[in-house]
Amino acid sequence: MERPLTQHINFNRTSLNLKDYVSVGGYQAVHKALKSMAPQDVTKMVQEADLKGRGGAGFNTGMKWSFVPMNEVGQIKYLIANADEMEPGTFKDRMLLEGNPHQLIEGMIVSAFAIQANISYVFLRWAYKKAAWLIEHAIAEAYAAGYLGKNILGSRFNLEMHLHTGIGRYMCGEETALLNALEGKRATPRAKPPFPQVSGLFGKPTIVNNVETLSNIPHIINNGPDWFKALSLTSDAGTKLYGISGKVNKPGLWELPMGTTIRELIEEHAGGMKKGFKFRGALPGGASTDFLVEEHLDVKMDYKSVSAAGSRLGTGTMIILDDHTCPVGFVHNLEHFFAQESCGWCTPCREGLPWTERILLSIENGEGRMEDLDLLEMHTHHLGPGNTFCALAPGAMEPLQSGLKYFREDFEKHINEKKCPWR
Amino acid sequence: MSLEVKKMAIIYIDHKAYEVTPGKNVLETCLTLGFNLPYFCWHPAMGSVGACRQCAIKLFKDEDDTRGRLVMSCMEMVKDNMYLSIDDPTAKAFRAQVIEWLMTNHPHDCAVCDEGGACHLQDMTVMTGHTYRRFNYPKRSYKNQYLGPFINHEMNRCIQCYRCVRFYKDYAGGKDLDVFAAHNHVYFGRAEDGILENEFSGNLAEICPTGVFTDRTLKAHYTRKWDMTTAPSICQHCSLGCNIIAGERYGELRQITSRFNGEVNGYFLCDRGRFGYEFVNSTNRVQQPLIRSKSSDATDKQSLYHYLKNILATDKIIGIASPRASLEANFALRKLVGKENFYQGIPEMEALLMRCILYILNTGHVHSSSLKEMESADVVLILGEDPTNAAPLMALAIRQAVRREPIQKGEMYIAHPTQTKLDELASNAAHLSPDEIARLGYAIANALNKNAPLPENLNANTLKLAKRIARILKKATKPLIISGTSLGSESIIKAAANVAFALSTDDKKASLSFIVPECNSMGLAMMKAPSLMHAKETIENGKANTIIVLENDLYRRSAKKEIDTLFNLCKEVIVLDHLHNETTGKASVLIPVATFAEAEGTMVNNEGRAQRFFQVFSPKNENFRESWRWLDEFRQFKDGINPEELKVPDDLMTEMVASMPQFKGAEAVTPDADFRMFGQKIPREPHRYSGRTAMLANINVSEPKPHEDSISALSFTMEGYKGMPPAPLIPFFWAPGWNSVQSINKYQEEVGGSLRGGDPGKRLFPKMPVLEKIFMNHIPPVFSPLPGEWQILSLPQIFGTEELSIYTPGVAERAPKPYIAINKKDAKSLNIIENESLQVQIQDQNYTLPVRIKKELPDGLAGIPYNIPGMCGIGWPAKGTLKKGKT
Repeated sequence: MERPLTQHINFNRTSLNLKDYVSVGGYQAVHKALKSMAPQDVTKMVQEADLKGRGGAGFNTGMKWSFVPMNEVGQIKYLIANADEMEPGTFKDRMLLEGNPHQLIEGMIVSAFAIQANISYVFLRWAYKKAAWLIEHAIAEAYAAGYLGKNILGSRFNLEMHLHTGIGRYMCGEETALLNALEGKRATPRAKPPFPQVSGLFGKPTIVNNVETLSNIPHIINNGPDWFKALSLTSDAGTKLYGISGKVNKPGLWELPMGTTIRELIEEHAGGMKKGFKFRGALPGGASTDFLVEEHLDVKMDYKSVSAAGSRLGTGTMIILDDHTCPVGFVHNLEHFFAQESCGWCTPCREGLPWTERILLSIENGEGRMEDLDLLEMHTHHLGPGNTFCALAPGAMEPLQSGLKYFREDFEKHINEKKCPWR
Repeated sequence: MSLEVKKMAIIYIDHKAYEVTPGKNVLETCLTLGFNLPYFCWHPAMGSVGACRQCAIKLFKDEDDTRGRLVMSCMEMVKDNMYLSIDDPTAKAFRAQVIEWLMTNHPHDCAVCDEGGACHLQDMTVMTGHTYRRFNYPKRSYKNQYLGPFINHEMNRCIQCYRCVRFYKDYAGGKDLDVFAAHNHVYFGRAEDGILENEFSGNLAEICPTGVFTDRTLKAHYTRKWDMTTAPSICQHCSLGCNIIAGERYGELRQITSRFNGEVNGYFLCDRGRFGYEFVNSTNRVQQPLIRSKSSDATDKQSLYHYLKNILATDKIIGIASPRASLEANFALRKLVGKENFYQGIPEMEALLMRCILYILNTGHVHSSSLKEMESADVVLILGEDPTNAAPLMALAIRQAVRREPIQKGEMYIAHPTQTKLDELASNAAHLSPDEIARLGYAIANALNKNAPLPENLNANTLKLAKRIARILKKATKPLIISGTSLGSESIIKAAANVAFALSTDDKKASLSFIVPECNSMGLAMMKAPSLMHAKETIENGKANTIIVLENDLYRRSAKKEIDTLFNLCKEVIVLDHLHNETTGKASVLIPVATFAEAEGTMVNNEGRAQRFFQVFSPKNENFRESWRWLDEFRQFKDGINPEELKVPDDLMTEMVASMPQFKGAEAVTPDADFRMFGQKIPREPHRYSGRTAMLANINVSEPKPHEDSISALSFTMEGYKGMPPAPLIPFFWAPGWNSVQSINKYQEEVGGSLRGGDPGKRLFPKMPVLEKIFMNHIPPVFSPLPGEWQILSLPQIFGTEELSIYTPGVAERAPKPYIAINKKDAKSLNIIENESLQVQIQDQNYTLPVRIKKELPDGLAGIPYNIPGMCGIGWPAKGTLKKGKT
């Protein structure tokens, strides 16, 4: 089983420096793309590989690049690595950032070449201090080795790269809010259209890709689209970093073929549930995805299958709910997070999320009323996609709506017993 | 018109077809069609951002789609064959839900809120049908800030529509209001308590859909909108003639709001215009007639008539007109004294500049731009003006033409001796002496057209800049040149004209706009009378012995010594004015008159647009009569006719147009006094006006008969025509369900466009070329400062320069204290540093002034704030000597 993304990551030793990385075949993709490929061919290859965005939305990466205008000479364009990993329960990008920063940088160089961007940024989560240090050094090494800067490898392609550390807002994971933040403005999302591919950072064409997405690029260039597709067990190509947190024996993160089932993840890789704990449900791809329950254990963890089961693959890092944990308290904790991370731009999110949080808290404290459940249902309807300015509130509603669906009796029990049965 | 050129789109709203203008958003289209669709964050002048989610409607893929999806109507553009539903149950429920969300934290303090009764949030809440509050948790609360004398802050009422920051920062270029914090704790205010610095802060009170930002001057004498008697009026505080609504209660002027005029001020006003009204309520008003020679006590009307009868019959009288009095008042004076004895009450220099401006605008080769047109200019060239201070709303209009967010639109070049606020948006701001500004202008014109004269000995930098500007101007499709009288330079005005002439072709005229000193400077200049200097000569030569001064403090016009001499030579000095000032102090006969709020009249703004203002209320003091009424009465004495209720402004205007055809059109800017809508007058009071039977009960329990208005189509009552009056006669904006100022939507042909029936006012300048286009040649030599002598510059101040607005305590608070500005080099040569005192001598007058270093000022120039209290009565252009020290 191939593990292209993590094959060189070993946390028992220091992360790969430039020399290490080159010695295991690093920067070959830069040589190949910049010296022997046309930018459009790189895009085409990535498009054919069917690499879907690993940040959660799952949009075809090559397709996204293909919207960038390519015929204007001298046009300023930007490439941005979205490393603002703040989805609760998600820690996959951190592994790539800390384990093999040059892999990301190489991916960014090739991607920037594909869209002919000459300026690139790594937008990093503020709390990832170690990653910041490593990336800064890796960028310096890449400049020194001529992989960044002017006329890279004699190809006449120029690229500068900068590290930007955010101040810790979940909102910055949304690509247009990230652009505003990078411009020094409030991290509020922007209206689309225009899409960033056409008018992004400082009004110029911009591509924002997730760290895992970009880290895949060198391998696709080196090995080709067919190889990439063959890595997967299903129709969604490649490998995936899957993670599990919760009351399992071995919580962790594994690179596995796309389409590995939930059951395999929990039982084989995470070593099964801890003794005395029973599986009740899981958020398959971070806090902003719908619960899946026991009946879904054989669902394949790829974009299509998880979606068909009524949730989203999201980041592919799972949070498990067990029978010792109160589902109301669990959801309340999530809504508290989302209400706090709302940017305050649009009404439904700004005012609706704190309301759901207050209701959940009162139910959890045994002060809920049955009509509160109607109010929660109302919010799950009215905060749906399209009703709010961006995807934050609809995402926040996913664990709530599925929680109400699968754990309704637990909610009702809180209200009837006027207390939390787990306390 | 637009119907013919634009292809219309067909859209279907709830299964009914409508023909609409494409390219507009669905929200404004629905509003134009008359639908009551609620909204908050969208504003016609500021566009859509999709934040509040209040205007949600259903959009269907096609005729057969029954599910549809919720969209924000402000974010969707009208397309042909669009299927929409406003009444869709999901959309209605969502809109009601948005209000419920917004109201979760709103304090529901309408009863004690200044916005109550004129509140967009109230209107929208009622419109969506939200009534019952299901959120039963504590509300969040905020600390309010002190924001200065104009604006009150009450953050708890905020519904986070973001309009305030979008207006203040993005639209008006303000720096000190922002949004802080996040999620449901976002805070709109300053980083810390303090005066809002921006010149347009007052608009926050109208922009804010609820009571977060309210008019602090109104708070001091608060009245609900529905309890105010209001009339359409014109701002008196600069030459732009912004349209205002002035409101009164209990004989006191309470509030000024913007009266939308698509061609002039649009939705906005500057803070001087909005808050400068308090002079009307001042205790310094002239209350009663006074005949000083007979008694130091006030006299009555009869004694006054008696006394004046002799003077008018026997004395040789000249009349001094005023640039702040209406055409009617000035014309009544002209009729009284005769054309040959009629003088403009302005110094010769100003009269010369105005003659020059009038000549240029009357050639018909340039287009005198409206503020609306300025907003779409693609290149702006400003020669020797600081619009933010001299004509603030013009600065706001220019900002829209060139501001860089979200995309850069136009380009701007500025030449002014000091930094101006607009510099931040300019591609180049050159700080030059007035002479060098003129030379730059001439050089630009020459670079555009070789027939225009080129200054000699041009310095290389000026020439290079001129060529660069000419190149940009040449490419422009809508170039705009701005100049004016502020620096007192004929050469600059003529240079600006040359640039515009050089750009104008037979089929496309360049836009040229002049900022002139006062609200009716243009109208007065059009009367073509000699200046104050000539009036003085006439008196000195003994050709006249009595002077009538109309609404004019001559001590602001010329050196004190000269005016003293003038008055001392007169047998009688008859002064008509509404406030006591140095001139009224010299009056032998003093006659109180009405202010704009108590009078009707016509004025001509800088664009040449004649506009009518109407009486807001009839004052309790019966002596507060319109100047034109007094003067026309005096004329009848003089002619031996007994006074009778006489001319209405309409008659005066008709007569004036007959004797001065240059005013043709000014008589037709408003429906005349006989105009009726279905036989009814247009009420100044809204139908909810309260307390009419009780408000004077402490004086007399019988309700007095309402004052009758015989001079206009408006009435001083709440009875009358309830529909939409013609645009020039709109006393207030109100529509069923729309109590707030947002009801303007209902008065416009298309939302955000002109008022129904066309925006009021009539431009008096010729549209077609009437004179030959001859380039001007008045090139000054290179400016070289003489040792020990400084050229004094007049620097207009938004707060302080204007005579009447300074009576508002808040305006006085914002006005600068006297100072003198020089550059670093000159300061060094005088061995002086910032804030130290300089002995300044200007025309025999000595001032001790603190120094302000303006490093951009060219050598040999010293700037003083123009006509602020304590610095009036300087003859321009002025030179001065500067010495260090206090004595």
